[in-house]
Amino acid sequence: MTTNRIVVGAHYGLRDWLAQRISAVVLLAYAIVLIAAALLTPELSYGTWARLFSAAWMKVATLLAVVALIWHAWVGIRDIYMDYIKPTGVRLFLQVATVLALVGYALWAVIILWRV
Amino acid sequence: MADIAARKARPQYRNIHVSQILSYRLPAAGIVSILHRISGALLFLFGIPFILYLFQESLTSEISFENYRAIVGSVLGKLVLLVFIWAFVHHALAGIRYLMLDRHMGIQKEASRTSAQVVLGASVLLTAVLALKLFGVF
Repeated sequence: MTTNRIVVGAHYGLRDWLAQRISAVVLLAYAIVLIAAALLTPELSYGTWARLFSAAWMKVATLLAVVALIWHAWVGIRDIYMDYIKPTGVRLFLQVATVLALVGYALWAVIILWRV
Repeated sequence: MADIAARKARPQYRNIHVSQILSYRLPAAGIVSILHRISGALLFLFGIPFILYLFQESLTSEISFENYRAIVGSVLGKLVLLVFIWAFVHHALAGIRYLMLDRHMGIQKEASRTSAQVVLGASVLLTAVLALKLFGVF
């Protein structure tokens, strides 16, 4: 049994590596959809912009992109901590703060979309 | 013997210390890599909250939409936006390059150097074009 496993490690799997890439493709696809939708909107005003985000498909697409974003950011930021932050306690604190921030951002996005 | 002594005297850089960062000449792929990391950190730390705030202001009401217009219309707002535009464009283009490398596309030395230079050039160029657009040159 390995003894060098630490609670703030990468959990030694392929899953995060793969999640990083799949979420990246989702975000690229959403960026293209968003740019295309904005360009196809004849005149960008509050009315046309709010109508775009009031559509169910746009809400779902945006929320999928938000999920991809926080997952992507989590893997990337955790990689940075693993490279530069060595003390386990400090790293755990930063990881928890990062998770709370990311989940908070996701909830904020839900609230914004909810009201449109 | 003299040969071995001379070989021992050669400088070795097994790990780059922080103090050596500026004198250490990275190849283009290395610059893409560290900028990928810096742009990602920048987008996480400041980009997400800033864009979410703008997103909220643009969608909540007609009044908040005017506030969004005012922020994006100010010089400071445009400059801040440009930082995130560069960060996003660089991160996305470098990301596409990494996805291609994962698929074993362009992993030869020459091809990978070229693609790294293309990423660096295209991200700056695209940011410059968007800057001109943002400041109303065209």
